[in-house]
Amino acid sequence: MSETPETEQKPPERESKLVDGLTAKLGKDVLEVDIKPKRIKVKVKPERIKDAAEYIKNELGFDHVASVSGVDYPNDQELEVIYHIAAYEREDLRDLVVALAARIPRQDPKTPTLTDIWPSSEYSERETYEMIGIIFEGHPKLERLLLPEDWDDIPPLRKEFKNPGR
Amino acid sequence: MSTLSISVGPQHPGSGHFRIMVKLDGDRIVEALPDPGYVHRGEEKLAEYRNYIQNIPHFERPIVHDSSNILFAYVSAVEDLMKLEVPERGQYIRVVMAELNRIIAHLYYMAIYGIFVGHSTMFMWPMGDRELFIDVAQMISGQRVTFAFLLPGGVRNDMPEGVKERAEKACDYFEKRLVEYEKIFINNPLFERRTRGMGVLTKQDAIRLGVVGPTLRASGVKADLRKDEPYAVYDKLDFDIPVSQDGDSWARAWVHMEEMRQSMAIIRQALKDMPSGPVKLNLRGQIRAPSGETFARTEASRGALSFYLVSNGGMMPYRVRLITPSFRNMIAIPHILKGLLLADLPPAFWGLDYWPVEADR
Amino acid sequence: MVNGATSNIFVGKLKDILQYSVKAPLRYVVNWGRIYSLWPVHLETACCSVEWGATSGPRFDVERWGMLAAFGSMRQCDVLIILGTVNRKMAPRVKMIYDQMPEPRYVIAFGACALSGGLYFDSYNVLPGVDTIIPVDIYISGCPPRPEEFIQGLIMLQNKIRASSVR
Repeated sequence: MSETPETEQKPPERESKLVDGLTAKLGKDVLEVDIKPKRIKVKVKPERIKDAAEYIKNELGFDHVASVSGVDYPNDQELEVIYHIAAYEREDLRDLVVALAARIPRQDPKTPTLTDIWPSSEYSERETYEMIGIIFEGHPKLERLLLPEDWDDIPPLRKEFKNPGR
Repeated sequence: MSTLSISVGPQHPGSGHFRIMVKLDGDRIVEALPDPGYVHRGEEKLAEYRNYIQNIPHFERPIVHDSSNILFAYVSAVEDLMKLEVPERGQYIRVVMAELNRIIAHLYYMAIYGIFVGHSTMFMWPMGDRELFIDVAQMISGQRVTFAFLLPGGVRNDMPEGVKERAEKACDYFEKRLVEYEKIFINNPLFERRTRGMGVLTKQDAIRLGVVGPTLRASGVKADLRKDEPYAVYDKLDFDIPVSQDGDSWARAWVHMEEMRQSMAIIRQALKDMPSGPVKLNLRGQIRAPSGETFARTEASRGALSFYLVSNGGMMPYRVRLITPSFRNMIAIPHILKGLLLADLPPAFWGLDYWPVEADR
Repeated sequence: MVNGATSNIFVGKLKDILQYSVKAPLRYVVNWGRIYSLWPVHLETACCSVEWGATSGPRFDVERWGMLAAFGSMRQCDVLIILGTVNRKMAPRVKMIYDQMPEPRYVIAFGACALSGGLYFDSYNVLPGVDTIIPVDIYISGCPPRPEEFIQGLIMLQNKIRASSVR
């Protein structure tokens, strides 16, 4: 899977060098690597997301999470959770964004929280939990954030949720 | 220890449309938890029902007084997917609009800060001077706050005659005013007593919590996407990034002030260097982004703002994730308010430049 | 003027006199006092508050027309300006604030979202207009309305108060 067309078209050197270490460490658990200039996307198996995160933080030096997103793919019966990770401390990495993604089954959407690795992901994870229904196991406070207190519908960003009048 | 819980907001002069659940021991804050969501409008879901052009007015509503900067990130994301190259004049006009918006938003911040510390003159002066820059932006775009001026592939129209003179006149005037602002506000002993040492965020904490924008730069991290990942023509322009090492509310106000100076320098240079030529690409028919995904970010007035756009090749985006600087700075609220007196909550809180509409989306 | 012969008539008609004076001259005086000291509640519900800030600023300066600064408690205020979108989390709070305000109270719906939901007409979390929860006196359209439109709405509200009766 790592032989994506992008890798054939001579990907940017600096970015691919960063990814090589990760693929060497996780081996076959890295499902997909997509390298564009300044943007790296790494899709891993959901059970290895914590190992990948620890590697990206400790070895590569990306120190904060810019966003946590969830994308619903009802055709595949899967949810994708994506962490966009960036760096402040190391000035040479500041223009890079690493996207760490994992696909989890829609029926049992559970993934370990990364708040203990990056505390900056706390509120984004909470929002993803209520908006798309991904349960982050071990999150310190997995509660409702933006939706009203009496919300009793399915999470609104699931594809089967239809806005009123649509 | 018995504590008292009070909720500051959503109807409170010191909160706006936002609530902070504060736990007090006597007059000391022992815990402050943010409770957002009073302006949550479901932008991300609505974007899936609208095509790429219809989304433009939608995405500037979260930050109406900083509308060009948020659209900058959105159109960069769409252009990145469609592989469009914007004409150079269009890019210069975008930068002018973005910097005008930065000044407008920063002046709004200064004005509200004046109210929060009980300094009425500091409300009136920035609110009045703000109108000058609104006038320039209005000349270019025809609107007071929601310009909807940036489109995928360029900007909506070219600048009319006389913008350069008007903008330079406004900058000349405002540079003199900034000196007076420093005298009556930033270096005012009363303001210093209210804000020095309040809401301190150290450099390590700022990096750990991932805060953005002036809050980050006030804590001593010299990070600005205009320099670190130059988009549009920012790499051709000469400007500084003000950084303070103090990390308190005063330093945040100071950083805002200095950034306005730099923005004016950028506007002057951009207006001077602007080449002639077309301002937009002629895109015919419906805009359709090819399937794929992209992550675009810009430095809005409050900090790094990012769009994560997933397209499946249809007329409408498959998924849009919008992360705004206020949402990212919200994590600092419990951190900086802890240990302060209740009376110091408004100045310390507003130092973050937290705008609830932007955070809730 | 009031002597033994006429006092009975006067006392007997006191109620009528009072009613008449409240109806015309007193009504005029009371309403005159109300229209030039309108205290708004500081309740921002969405992004239109930016333009409302501009109306209180020096260029537009609504104090010239008698709209005062918004720093009072809602228990002492007469005007509730709904500044933009009211969503499902904010709606109970808006109602609560309205209920705490003393009579007479007036509501201005400011901006397209407060009128009808505006751009967010199909959102899952936005009310289709604030008049679904509280009665509205003046509607000001625009997204966001210009400060001049707010001033016009304020003058309309003053005309409405001027023509209203006093209880």
